[in-house]
Amino acid sequence: MNERDREHSPPQRKKRVALFVTCLADLFRPSVAFASIKLLEQAGCEVTVPLRQTCCGQPAYNSGNYEDAVLQAQEVIQLLAGADYVVVPSGSCAGMISHHYPTLLDGEWRDRALELAAKTFELTVFLKDIAHIRPKRKKSPAKLPSVAYHDGCAGLRELQIKSQPRDLLRELSGVEVCELQQSEVCCGFGGTFCAKMPAISGKMVDDKLKDAVATGARILAGGDLGCLLNIAGRAERLGEDIEVRHIAELLSMQFDGPAIGKGK
Amino acid sequence: MEQHSDTFLDNASAALGNTAQAERRDVIAAFAPLIRSAAVEGFTEFDALRQHVKRVRQHSLDHLEYYLGQFEHEAVHNGNHVHFARDGDELNSLVLDICQQHDARHVAKGKSMVTEETGLNDFLQRAGLEVMETDLGEYIIQQAGETPSHIVAPALHKSAGEIRELFQAKHKLGDRELPETVDLVSEARQVLREHFLKAEVGIIGANALIAENGYSMLVTNEGNGDLCANLPRVLIVCTTIDRVLPLAQDATAMLRLLVRSATGQSQTCYTSFYSGPRRESDVDGPIETHFVLLDNKRSEILDSDYREMLECIRCGACLNHCPIYSAVGGHAYGWVYTGPMGSILTPLLTSLEQSHALPNACTSCGRCAEVCPADIPLPDLLRDLRHEENSKKLSAPRWRLGLKLHSWLTRHPPLYHALTSIVIPVLHWFGRKHGNFERLPLAAGWTSQRNFPAPEGKTFMQQYKAQQKRREQGKHER
Repeated sequence: MNERDREHSPPQRKKRVALFVTCLADLFRPSVAFASIKLLEQAGCEVTVPLRQTCCGQPAYNSGNYEDAVLQAQEVIQLLAGADYVVVPSGSCAGMISHHYPTLLDGEWRDRALELAAKTFELTVFLKDIAHIRPKRKKSPAKLPSVAYHDGCAGLRELQIKSQPRDLLRELSGVEVCELQQSEVCCGFGGTFCAKMPAISGKMVDDKLKDAVATGARILAGGDLGCLLNIAGRAERLGEDIEVRHIAELLSMQFDGPAIGKGK
Repeated sequence: MEQHSDTFLDNASAALGNTAQAERRDVIAAFAPLIRSAAVEGFTEFDALRQHVKRVRQHSLDHLEYYLGQFEHEAVHNGNHVHFARDGDELNSLVLDICQQHDARHVAKGKSMVTEETGLNDFLQRAGLEVMETDLGEYIIQQAGETPSHIVAPALHKSAGEIRELFQAKHKLGDRELPETVDLVSEARQVLREHFLKAEVGIIGANALIAENGYSMLVTNEGNGDLCANLPRVLIVCTTIDRVLPLAQDATAMLRLLVRSATGQSQTCYTSFYSGPRRESDVDGPIETHFVLLDNKRSEILDSDYREMLECIRCGACLNHCPIYSAVGGHAYGWVYTGPMGSILTPLLTSLEQSHALPNACTSCGRCAEVCPADIPLPDLLRDLRHEENSKKLSAPRWRLGLKLHSWLTRHPPLYHALTSIVIPVLHWFGRKHGNFERLPLAAGWTSQRNFPAPEGKTFMQQYKAQQKRREQGKHER
């Protein structure tokens, strides 16, 4: 950060945010993490990325391996303890930390989990409700093509995320969301579910994709890479001409690169 | 009932392959949540009542022995016989004994999932009795030799056309064609009337047992429960011990949640309370009445971490809102109870060994818990069953070990980052042209249905660390 930026920032101390990148963004879609950093800085935050982070433990937890999930949760709690806020560009990982860690752990670790839970937010919730991000003054936003939004289940039901991504797309990117008919139905990802029960998952993602295509939107956005990789993969298999992108890419207006599952 | 839960995946594939049934399930899946939400949204006390009934149910289960004792006392006082059955075999034998004491040849039966659980129909038929299901849906599947696909609407999987063909095959129709749905209903009604009149014993279930007055409560939309209860000489109410509630007002409070959640009605057509045998001043009613109260592992569940499952009121809302139930239908679950509640009850009432696929038929989407009128954390209980599956090493070893290795790696960040910074760029390089893979080693489950999106490039951590390093160098050079 240079001196000129500092002059323009509000007088109060900047919010110190630790970004929990999520393993899927780290491995498959780094642009989601870079876009998240950009958005958080635009919202006036000081962003750090703890370097020892890996995975929140959902795969083990949801497969019933609580013992290993506990160890992973303890690692994450230690890693993120020092931050004012923890922001996660995924409803399900944010839900894992804020909703499931406290029930998974006992005693002193449970107290620490509750402390972490209280300061952990999903990206769109943090930008909208906590940091009150505003559009950049100088540049008028480039016009986005039509966008449909997929509500990830954990975000929707564990964290009550519904209006925030829609509001942000309107305010920051100037686009109204096209609603899916069955917006509250799961896309069939479900972590290991999609590989353990592929035929059922395939039927579910097919329904979701059809619903998205029927909106007529050019882009399907969402806040969870798991869902998006699932839907994009099915779209590629069927040759459907819809771009699948994480909402952070759209809000930061960084979407000149290929969409998820698309070649250069 | 014979169990086929161990072949869930094959059952599911077969169900997905039946396109006509799959299309009907899609229509129902879109429709059922709408009628439920219209009923619940029009009833402002729903959430408050849900919390109230939950407290009542918890209280009743905390003092189950006391309230069962009170119920028994009051019911006997009303002239009923009360029996307790430890398991399904005991219930079946008790019911057969009662039938034989009255030289019964014909049984009219309705509204009992519990007797599906114990396989009562087969048992009585093997003993030479004629058993007729009288609920329209149950009658249809009995004629078809099938099992219920939904706990509230047992013949949900059948189309009007299939029912017409069934009646053509099973009934003496002459030249009648039964062109309209209403004709099918009239036909069933005619046939069933004869059975009601001929039956010596009626068997029904119960939605609740009321401790304070010894009554049982039953809701129906067809009135067949009342005909089973009042026309035959003997009535047997079969239900489970966990149905007991302290007060009549508790039962009616529960009813207001149950019916809205089940069918989107504010009330069913019939809500009946059964007190006991005909009194001297009564013009009709059975001359002898029995309650058979089944345990069948409920006491074990009461003392386990799955206790909340006993608060289930059998409305079927979790089925109607489950995308997996909607995709594969009830028969895939391979036993009496289906959908999310069935995926918990089946392992608890039978064994996890033969049904551990069921708790895996869940994406933890949480829609079931959101609509559950009993406020049961269904996805959490399903996950707990997966924990048990994992601990007992029932799951496939490659999954168990694979996830264990993954977890171990993530707890060794330097190694994890070193490995992913090799694998991910390689994967990116191979997939750079199309942006995805049609096939990939170790990802057959995924790629059987969808392409595998290729990584965008290097990992974020690689890129971020390089960026930080450049910044540091920049500072030094300045």
